Amino acid sequence: MIDILSSILILAGVFFYLAGSIGLLRLPDLYSRLHALTKADNLGLGLLIAGLTLHSPELLTILKLLLIWLAVLAASATSAHLIARQARRQETGA
Amino acid sequence: MSLLVFDGLLLFSIVSLAWATLTSSDERLSVILFMAFGLVLAVAWGRLLAPDVALAEAAIGAGLTGALLLAAVRGQPRPLLPGATHAPRKQGAAGVTVVLRLAVTLLSAALAGTLAWALLHAFSSTPHDLLPRAISENLEASGVSNPVTAVLLNFRAYDTLLELAVLLTAVLGIFALDQATPGYQPAGPVFDGLVRWLVPVLILMAGYLLWVGAHAPGGAFQAGATLAAAGVVLRLAGRSRTGLPDGYMLRIVMAAGVGVFLLVGLTLLLLGRPFLGYPPAWAGSLILLIETAAMLSIAATLLLAFLGGQPESTGVKAAANRQREEISRC
Repeated sequence: MIDILSSILILAGVFFYLAGSIGLLRLPDLYSRLHALTKADNLGLGLLIAGLTLHSPELLTILKLLLIWLAVLAASATSAHLIARQARRQETGA
Repeated sequence: MSLLVFDGLLLFSIVSLAWATLTSSDERLSVILFMAFGLVLAVAWGRLLAPDVALAEAAIGAGLTGALLLAAVRGQPRPLLPGATHAPRKQGAAGVTVVLRLAVTLLSAALAGTLAWALLHAFSSTPHDLLPRAISENLEASGVSNPVTAVLLNFRAYDTLLELAVLLTAVLGIFALDQATPGYQPAGPVFDGLVRWLVPVLILMAGYLLWVGAHAPGGAFQAGATLAAAGVVLRLAGRSRTGLPDGYMLRIVMAAGVGVFLLVGLTLLLLGRPFLGYPPAWAGSLILLIETAAMLSIAATLLLAFLGGQPESTGVKAAANRQREEISRC
């Protein structure tokens, strides 16, 4: 039962990664690409980690996995913001 | 079977990323590809069941070296027009470049050949598990249960001492480069918010890696790199001192790794033991002591390399700030 649930979660995570990567390659401009990449990958990683926690024997491992997800969430949100702001500044010439 | 496919993909990514890194015409893109290369290489080390090397590769090879290279690219004058990236070179310079490239290629090929030969030789000579067996037989006397730490800090402590001495020499060279370049502008609220919680977490993580190195993957090098990463984040967010101490304290931190290592070795020599031959009862504590000092030195060295010179001292700071204001007014 746990195996099936964890497989479903991991596969769903992989699907979002795939969608994010296709978005990165196919979308027309920087902003929509950033949007596709960071949003889809954050969700994908969350699902992946949810799937992996079901297999973790220890609470410490689960906490470490959650810390990884939180760190990636914060880092990717911040870097998306920084890249978009820089692009915006270059566009407006400020 | 599926693992074989994964390994094949991994190998293919490593080689193609390396190729793309070397052949890219844009330096910045090249550095970013290099960082991706380092991360994939870390996964490969993980697949080879060498998590210690994987951690070091991800933290130092991909992370800090990448930051160092990006800072170096930033320091170079960039052409104003995007089309003018390739300034026409002089004919003589182009000839020198070709010869240089050929020489580097030949040397790399020779190095790869020697390594492959050494590896084959090691596997064909019998019995090839002599060293691993010797380590696991003596692990109990080493004071730690992680065999990598046992080799680095006990069985082959000489090598690590000399590595730290090399790092100290490098940091002295960096110190000779005068003042570091002025830092970055203060970060906006979003990045500043990230820094506020990320830096404490990184410091905590460095302490954890140092402590866990005794019985699981981790240790002074990984911990030092994590600590240095906290400093890099601080500098990128516009804090010019990046958490480094001032004056004499900085010099003590820089030399602490080699100093404590030598002090422990010489004290043992005075007590009638071999140089760095720890008594088994004390080995664990001595290794932790040396690793703590080494972590601080490694972190300071990596961070000073990122700064590219001496950090602004408090006296000079005011003058530098004035200068920066003048530049921004222009």
